[in-house]
This record gives sequence, C-alpha cells and structure tokens, in this order.
Amino acid sequence: MDAQYEPVIGLEVHAQLLTRSKMFCRCGTTYAGAAANTHICSVCAGFPGVLPVINEHAVELAIRVGLALNCDIAETSRFDRKHYPYPDLPKGYQVSQYDLPLASRGYVTVGNGDDCQQIGIVRVHMEEDTGRLLHRTAADGTVYSLVDLNRSGVPLLEIVSEPEIHSAARAREYVMKLRQILRYIGASSGNMEEGALRCDANVSVRPVGEQTLGAKVEIKNLNSFRMIDRAIQHEIGRQSQALANGGRIEQETRGWDEAAGITLAQRTKEYASDYRYFPEPDLPPLTVSEDRRKAVLGRLAELPDARRARFISQYGVTADDASVLTTARETADYFEAVLTHLGERVPARLAASWVTGELFRLLNRDSLPITETRVTPELLAELVGMVHTGEVNRGSGRMVLEEFYETGGSPRAIATERGLMQISDTDTLTPVVRTVLDNHERAVAEFRGGKQQVIGFLLGQVMKQTRGTADSGTVRTLLLRELSEEPTKGPVPH
Amino acid sequence: MRHEIQAPEGATVGDMRQLLDARELSSVELTEAYLERITALDERVRSFVTVTRDIALEHAADADRRMASGETGPLLGVPMALKDLLSTAGIATTCGSRILQGYHPPYDATVYARLRDAGAVLLGKLNMDEFAMGSSTENSALAITANPWDLATVPGGSSGGSAAAVAAGEAAFTLGSDTGGSVRQPASLCGVVGLKPTYGRVSRFGLIAFASSLDQIGPLTRTVEDSALVLSVIAGQDPLDSTSATVEVPDYHALLGEDLRGLRVGVPAEYFVEGTEPGVEAAVREGIAQLERLGAELVDVSLPSTGYALSTYYIIAPAEVSSNLSRYDGVKYGYRSADGADLIETYLSTRDQGFGAEVKRRIMVGTYALSSGYYDAYYLKAQKVRTLIKAEFDAAFERCDVIASPTSPSVAFKIGSRTADPLAMYLSDVFTIPASMAGIPAISVPCGFSDGLPVGMQLIGRAFDEATILRAAHAYERSTEWHMRRPELVWSAGG
Repeated sequence: MDAQYEPVIGLEVHAQLLTRSKMFCRCGTTYAGAAANTHICSVCAGFPGVLPVINEHAVELAIRVGLALNCDIAETSRFDRKHYPYPDLPKGYQVSQYDLPLASRGYVTVGNGDDCQQIGIVRVHMEEDTGRLLHRTAADGTVYSLVDLNRSGVPLLEIVSEPEIHSAARAREYVMKLRQILRYIGASSGNMEEGALRCDANVSVRPVGEQTLGAKVEIKNLNSFRMIDRAIQHEIGRQSQALANGGRIEQETRGWDEAAGITLAQRTKEYASDYRYFPEPDLPPLTVSEDRRKAVLGRLAELPDARRARFISQYGVTADDASVLTTARETADYFEAVLTHLGERVPARLAASWVTGELFRLLNRDSLPITETRVTPELLAELVGMVHTGEVNRGSGRMVLEEFYETGGSPRAIATERGLMQISDTDTLTPVVRTVLDNHERAVAEFRGGKQQVIGFLLGQVMKQTRGTADSGTVRTLLLRELSEEPTKGPVPH
Repeated sequence: MRHEIQAPEGATVGDMRQLLDARELSSVELTEAYLERITALDERVRSFVTVTRDIALEHAADADRRMASGETGPLLGVPMALKDLLSTAGIATTCGSRILQGYHPPYDATVYARLRDAGAVLLGKLNMDEFAMGSSTENSALAITANPWDLATVPGGSSGGSAAAVAAGEAAFTLGSDTGGSVRQPASLCGVVGLKPTYGRVSRFGLIAFASSLDQIGPLTRTVEDSALVLSVIAGQDPLDSTSATVEVPDYHALLGEDLRGLRVGVPAEYFVEGTEPGVEAAVREGIAQLERLGAELVDVSLPSTGYALSTYYIIAPAEVSSNLSRYDGVKYGYRSADGADLIETYLSTRDQGFGAEVKRRIMVGTYALSSGYYDAYYLKAQKVRTLIKAEFDAAFERCDVIASPTSPSVAFKIGSRTADPLAMYLSDVFTIPASMAGIPAISVPCGFSDGLPVGMQLIGRAFDEATILRAAHAYERSTEWHMRRPELVWSAGG
C-alpha cells in the first residue's frame, strides 16, 4: 500500500528430493500420470506392523542442500512424528524433523550488485510427503473422496527462511534462486507445476521504523511464481489497509484464491492443531560424521553464483551472458562443452553469443530443453569455429544452424552443400561486383557525386547476388577499387 | 510324577526333532495330532482365534518333503502358533481388536518368514489382550482365554493365548510379544518358559506396534532348551527394522550348560517387597537357593528406581500407543462404522466402536502426555527416569551376571477379578516392566506352585546377553521338575 508500512516475509519451501525410491520404502517416485495407488506398498500405505527404513540417497541430497545453502549440518539429528488426522496421511502422523533438524543457520544470496541481499535460512529438515485426496461427486449428487497414496512417503525437504524478505518480488526471487540451486546440485526437479516445489509464505506488516513484528499470516500452497508474487502482494495490501483503517491483523492461515485474486481465511490460531511431536521410536538418530560431510562437500557441484563469476573471469564473457549461461546447470555444462570442442583459438565470447543468441532463439521458439537439441556442443563448436575463421559469415552461420537444428548433420557439409561457405576469393567476387555496378549506374553516379553511403546499397546488392555468402570486407574493398578504377564512366569526383 | 512322553504333541521341540528325524512320525502326522488336540481342548481353553488347518497341513507336507530330501533343522516340521499381532500374509490378523475385523495383512512379519524358512508349521493365531494392552487376555475383543491349570483363572497377558497354548500342549512352541511383561507374566501364570529378548535382538517388522520403543517378540516354550532353539532362528538383524541390532547371534543352544559355578546372581531387595503373594515369594526364594546350590554366588544388588518404573511405563507406553494407533481410522482396512455422516464423525464412531475400554484409556492418557505444554512434564521426564533405570541396571550388572526375581507378584487370578480395577491389573507387571524399560533380556522359568498354580522366576540379563540367562535358566530347569508337570486338563484330553 503506502510507504508507511513495511512488509516482513518469511518463506517455507517444500522441495521433493530427486530420489528413485521413496523416503522409507522402495516404492518408485515416478508416479506422475500413473493410476492411483499403483506406487504403494505396506510401508508407505501405513499398514499395521510396518517400519520405516531411511533412504540413504535422500539423506545425501539433503546434506547437499544444507551445504549449498551454507548451513551447519547437525552431527546428530532426529526424526519425529507429527500427528494430525487426515485420510491422505495413512499412519495418522507424518515422519518429520522437529527440534533437531539436519541443517540450520545458512543463507542464500539474491540480487546483484547494490541490490544484493543475503537471506538467512533458519533450518532445512527432511520429511515424508502425504498422499492426495480426489474429491468426487456421484451421479446422485453425493460428494465423496478417494485416497491416492502414490505420493505418500516421497522424500521432501522443508527449507525455512528467516523473516528477512520485504517485498513480493524479492520473495519470488528468493524462491527462484532456491530452485536454481536445488536443480544445480541435482537435489530436486524444482518443478512447481508438478508440485515438486511448493511454497507457504508468512506475511506480516509493521509501521516503518517499528522493530517488533506484526501478527503473522500464513498463506498456504503458493504453487507458482506468479502466485507467490500476486498472493504476497495482495496480502501486504490487505494488511496495510486494515492497519491504516485502525483494524487489527489476526494470526491465521489463509489460502490464495487464484480466480478472485485474493487471500481467504482458512483457520485461525485458536483452532491450530497440536501436532504432539515426539521422537520417532522406529528410527535411530541420524548421524552425519565430519568425514561424510566433507565427502558430500567434495562431491557438490559448482554453485550458480560461483560458476557465473568464473565464466566472467576465466572466459571473459559478458556479465549478462554469464548470467544467462549459468541460469541452469545444463546450459552452463553445454557452454563449457562447446568451449572444450572449440579449443583456445576461438574467443569464448563468440561461443557465448551463439549459445545465448542464436541457439536460445530456436530453443525458446520450440520450448525445447538444451539437453534435447540436435545441436550438440561439438556441432555448435564446429560452426562457431567456421564463423571465427571466416569460412561462413554470421548470417550464413545462422542459416546453417537453423538447418542442422532441424535435421542434424554437420555444419560444414550443410554450408558446402547449400553454397553458404563464405566467398573471399577476389577472382570469384570481381565479376559479381562489376555486374552490380553495371546494373546500378544511378547509384554509381551518386557515389561518384559524393554520396559515400551508397556503398552500403551496392554492398547489399552483391550480398544478394551471392546469397549472403560473400565476405563483406572483401566486397567493400573490391567495390572501392572498381569505383575508383573507372572514373571515365561518370563525372570526376574532384 | 508323570513326565514321560505320552503323546508326541506333549513333547518338547527337542523330542519332536528326534521323532521326526528318526522317521517315527511325519510332520503331517504330528500336525494332525496337534489339530485334533486343538479341536478337543480349545473350546475350553480358547487359546486360538484362528486355526489355519489347511495351511498347517500344507506347511507340514512341505516340511516332510524337505526332510525326505535330506534337510534337517531344529524347527523343520515342528508345529507352532503365533500371537495374533504378528502379520501373516493372507491370514486374518486381528490384534485382539474389533478395529482390525476382516483385516488380512498383505505381507509376512520377519519372524514368521524366518520360521517358515526354518520349516516350522503354522497351526494358527493366538488370542491376546487387545493391541497387547492387558495382563489377563480379558481385553480381547474376540474371546476369553482360560488358564489350562484352572479354567476359572486367567492365563495372564497380553500373550495369554500363546502361554495357554503351550501349557495345554496345543502347539510345540508359540511366539508372543512383550512390552512390559506380556511374554514373561503369562508364561509364569501358565507354568511355561517365556523369554523377552533384548530390544533390537529380534526384528519387529510385521509386529503390530503397541509401544515401539518397548515391544519385543519372544518365544513361549515348554523348556529353556526350546527357547534357545527358537531364539536362534528368529534373532538377528533385519534390514526392514532400523532398530534391529547388528550384534552377532550366537548358537544359544550350544551355549547351554548345567554348571553355574562362577555365575553371580544378583538379588534386588526392591523386588521382594510387600504385595507379593507369600507362596510366590517362597517359591522364588527357593528357586534362588537352588541356583546357589548349582554353584552360583548370590549378591545383594539395589535398583532404587524400581518403584518409579511402573508409573514411568504408563506415560511412555500410552504416548506411543496414542501415536501408533492413530492409523486405525476406518479408511484403509479393518472396521469402519457406518454411523458417521462426515469424515470426523466416521473417525470418531469407528474408533469409538472399534476400540475397547483399555485401549481408549491408554490413547487418552498418551494423547494428554504428548500434548503441547505437558510434553516436558510427562513424556520427557519419563524418558529421563527411563535413562536412570537403565543406569541402575548397568551398575548392578557390574556386581552380578544375572538378576533373579519373581516374574509376577501373584499366581493366576480369577477371570473377572481385576477387570474393574485397572491399577490392580497394572501391578501384575511391576516386576517385568523395569527390564522392558531398560531394553534388557529376561526370562521366566517355572519354579514351583502356590495354591496349585504355577509360579515363575525371572532371570534378567545384560543387553544382548541372552546366552547367560538361558544358561542359568537351563541349569535350574534341569535340576528341578517343575517344567515337567502338566495341567490335569492336558491328561484328561488324552493324546
């Protein structure tokens, strides 16, 4: 609203870990699109007598995330049971971590330059996902619900930030950064549409200058960046308005109504659940030795910020290109693979511009991930090399790229076959230049009359005749030579 | 004294092994004999809630084939039965509760899988207090089991069916579960041997949980030797149970002996106090004297926190109950009330109608103990006392190798005599609960009679030192004849 209130936002992000099996059993996690209850067993369906066995890969990924978020990793953490009754929770409790989380006290850096901010991470803990309810209405109007436990027991991380975010845009930026890091280290797909990344926001406002926090409202299930932005924006406005009107903010849980574009009250604190946490007796404490922590750190992929900085310093690419190239790990890997094939002789900047420019234009047009294009790093390197040595010019290179992007095949073969190899040979170009001059007497006259810029038009005509393959530098030299060699055909310029 | 083998089904596991290996009897014949006996006796004893006749005969035929192909093993072809909280795929597993009505587990408990691998024959499933909560088996929603020594008395609990079946000769051995004494106390009341192994010694996978940090599966047998044989088969680490220990499993049977010289037997003053029936105390004191005659050295030890064990147990166990039993909501399996108009009502009426009074009492106590604001005062404090109890046992075991005590303060009591007074019922476990809280092994071995009913002596050992209590119990048993006595009922049923 107006600048008299300052919003304070903390985020709780749930990320599904990229494991092949569930948190406590061997059921697979690739249930997307599968029929209900086809990826379940006695353990994740909570049958009597079953016991959990922790997925070591989930622990490995959780430690990775903790380290990537600059957290302390607890030598001993513990699982606890969080109780609440709901049919999507087959045991009647969720195995989570309560007072001894795996990782705590970290931070994430968002923004650039002067706008750079470190947002504190309170804790990162592991837990299991719940199943899902499918609400149905029978032909006679009876409303009923079906339980699908395919998702039940999928490993989740809950990442809790400090309440250090002061705008909806920054909140969104923070979640994007988290997602980028999670993807980089292979911990989560971060796919919000599929629910692999989910966000709850705690929003309060206070008069500017006030130190104590206002009453906190939790907005549940913000499942897209757009929702994060809109819901928080709306909630800040709602609270500021209420305070400005002399009202009070109730501590409560609200939901986002996407259609109406407003947040709606769900439950107030009076009805808040008592989760009756207590240590999970079926699991021993989780211990992470210093050796293991170091080993995971050693295996940790280079993080986006570090990679971006290295691209600038090591390869001399522009800051903007470095940002684009490091947004996703796959792109950065691709770029570095191109460089490997190019070798030292070609400047990395040129390769960067081909990746972020021409290749991205095609990929974006077709919404194709860089990992699925026919343009392998090796092929792109070949093309960039040809551009660098002048075997094809940039324009022809673009046409070659478009062709092997569609069909595959070698850039050199395509350029040769299509006659797109650059012509720098004066013997070949001289007749073309002469023909153009013969056919454009008026332009020639204008040039000789002092209108130097007509050279551009003539150059264009030569390029047209050679279907863009002529080397423009050579053509320019030839044009100037021819124009100066035949002064008799027109008035003398001086 | 009549102790010669009159009928194969009255024999020990060791005796049966000889008969089977000598081909004097096939597993199918043995199994049929047990099934007949169950038919003849169980209307009166009511140990069984399910008799798996067809499955038993199938298992027996399979065992006969395995024996014919030259295989042998202590339990191959031996008929047994399981407490009805051990999951058996496709076979009703009720946990003594209405709420699991119609429930057939989709998988086998690890102990059952191990017994099957060893070739044991499943005769059926045994009655128990609902969700193993009780000391008399009167809390079963399915039946009241009688003590074979006196059909008007209880068999103890919660593994009452498991103890009564062995006492009545309805199975060669059985498995029960012990959370606060549920194997040892009914073994004591029914005059059989009952072992609670160290927490983590036997996999709990497939054991329907009562109190996860205390539950442990143990054998009920006619002799200590049989107990050692069964334990060797069911013990050991299980990848499906993260709390099962990686400690190596010795050959318990090979470690049995009859000489107790050098063994130090601790006698804790706190276990010989007012409230124990004089006949029980006299029998146990005589049992301890017998250990001394066998060469053991008696040592006075002190376990001062014993008096707090019971109340501490009744915080921790119900807390875990309130959690473990929250899955029974009528949505996925078992009983569902048709009375609910919506989700919450369905939950409430399902649980109201599905659970018995004792189970509800413990769910409520446990829910309270874990509630926000009470957790520190109850659950956390109870855990601290538990640590103290453990430490006291550790200290005592620096001065002795085995601790001897009564198993139960009383012999079998009349059916219905304690049901109105939960606290009196809880006191049945006053001597068995401390070892449960400490997670250490303990065995109950018959040591005499009082008012014509069996008395059990408890021998408690160090963690993972089942071998020593088995050795002491075995030496004791070999020097006495208590374990050879059989209830009249057994003889009257013929063989």
